[in-house]
Amino acid sequence: MSEAVSNMHVASGFNQRRSLRIARTLRQIHSTPLGAIGVVLVTLIVLVAALAPWIAPYSPTAISVTERLAGPSAAHWLGTDQLGRDLFTRVILGTRTAMTVALVSLTAALAAAIPLGLIAGYGPRWLDGLLVLVFDSLSSLPMIMFGLAIVVLLGPGVSTVILVIVAYSVPSYARLVRAQTLSLKARDFIRAEQVMNASSLRILFVHLLPNVVGPLLILACLDLSTVITLEAGLSFLGLGVKPQVPSWGNILSDGFSVIRNTPVPVLVGSIPIVLATIGFTFFGEALRDALDPKLATEKSA
Amino acid sequence: MTFFILRRVGLGIAILFVVALMLFSLMHMIPGDPAVVALGARSTPEMRLAFHEMMGLDRPFYEQLGLFIGRLSVGDLGEDVWSRRPVLTMIAEVMPHTITLALASFAWAVALGVALGCLAVLYRGRWPDWLIGLLSIGFVAVPSFVVSLYTLLLFAVTLNWLPAIGAGEMSDPLGYLKALILPSFAIGLGWVGYVSRIVRAAMIEAMNEPYVRTLQSFGVGQRRVVLRYALRQSMLSVLSVIAIGFGGLLTGSVFAEIVFSRPGLGKMTYDAVITRNFPVVMGTVMVTAALYIACMICADILAALLDPRVKRALQ
Repeated sequence: MSEAVSNMHVASGFNQRRSLRIARTLRQIHSTPLGAIGVVLVTLIVLVAALAPWIAPYSPTAISVTERLAGPSAAHWLGTDQLGRDLFTRVILGTRTAMTVALVSLTAALAAAIPLGLIAGYGPRWLDGLLVLVFDSLSSLPMIMFGLAIVVLLGPGVSTVILVIVAYSVPSYARLVRAQTLSLKARDFIRAEQVMNASSLRILFVHLLPNVVGPLLILACLDLSTVITLEAGLSFLGLGVKPQVPSWGNILSDGFSVIRNTPVPVLVGSIPIVLATIGFTFFGEALRDALDPKLATEKSA
Repeated sequence: MTFFILRRVGLGIAILFVVALMLFSLMHMIPGDPAVVALGARSTPEMRLAFHEMMGLDRPFYEQLGLFIGRLSVGDLGEDVWSRRPVLTMIAEVMPHTITLALASFAWAVALGVALGCLAVLYRGRWPDWLIGLLSIGFVAVPSFVVSLYTLLLFAVTLNWLPAIGAGEMSDPLGYLKALILPSFAIGLGWVGYVSRIVRAAMIEAMNEPYVRTLQSFGVGQRRVVLRYALRQSMLSVLSVIAIGFGGLLTGSVFAEIVFSRPGLGKMTYDAVITRNFPVVMGTVMVTAALYIACMICADILAALLDPRVKRALQ
């Protein structure tokens, strides 16, 4: 996948007007059923996350003993959980938790992966070999197992979840940056800079970095659904964000303990996860198809 | 070829070494007594003492690391801090359950994936193709623990057709098989999506080859071309994806085993996390990493054996 993404950028050329390209890309994404569904779901999720405190009718931690495990009603649209907390409120605010965790951890992963990838691709060969070995090691671990090992050592919590996601994402991003750097390093415009005695830092950040950002963002977008899954999965196991924090995984975890009494909390907690993972995957795939002329022609052929 | 296998195995061992080093350093990087970090504040002084002895915590860092790597290289994964049983024995006990689960998930993934892929090619460009494409991406996207919960809810709780808890006994094959159906389906469904997409892509590629055009010009029917000739060629790519996918199946098994309370590697790791039994977690992580790497190597070798072009590229 990362190879396809990296080919794409080289193939599509750098001299097109940026705004024109964005407009064309958006049109292309919209024109496929896949992309249209993706755009609608992603917009919905982002809006809900942004407006969550104004949409939510109750406090996410307000406990009502008399209304425990109530089914959907006019007062509680999606019913209540085993402590009588309003599930609609918790789902809405859970959207914000999921998006915040995803954004923070992806930003941290990109911030770590870009310098590492640039160093691996541009630096001395021994360092490249060492870094590639570390990336390979990290990606040869089934992520949830490695996540569990980190949780044992650091204890559960938001920061642990973010660390797990960063450890999962850094290798693939850094590899992409490295591959991109390696292929650009030999090109004339970089050679010209070297001849003109430009410093390595200038070459890396002024000339190489801008060419790496685009494909990296597509990869990050495709990764969003995995990231959401990791957070929800760890919280479902009771090893993610704290139990009182509204999160989709926590709703599922609570619902699972009462699954024999009522299916409502499990359904309420899982549907947003399904919509979010499908939405971001469809959007990411459509984005890649739109930006990758090679792949797109293969599909229509 | 031998050189290639040796190099891959060497690299695999190096990766395992780095993994062990990472976990080991992480334990030491966290401030405080490593025994408390690994076993939790509620661990008894005896447990901490045993852990100190086992890991050689009173010695300098490099000696500890040497001791640790030395034990790992002879397959000694340490002891369970609660029951004092060797971790390797515990893993060997639950391993058959997890392997059976993974194999059953493969069966689901291949059976449904190949069927959907063939359907998509037969109805290429029409609505079933379009729908299968959408479903396939959907299957890949939806997390396996959500599928586990849905199947549990529908078939075990609501309809009560299949057992919801445990793996059954090996001595009762029918009961064991029944307990296998739901969790393996939940894990396999994500791979159905991958397999069907790959089958479709590989078959379409095969359909453009000259020999298929020759068959068509001889008047061989579309259905026969697809199912008899194109499918065979596409199985190659399916095989390599499946070998690579084994690690993904192990990840899925963690959740499926917890949701269906099945004994297995995932459940054991989870229980160890809850009771802060660090040696067990470390052991299962190392074993899954080793399995994962072994599958990758097998996938490469398989690809080389089946496709002479790959073999030539490797030499």
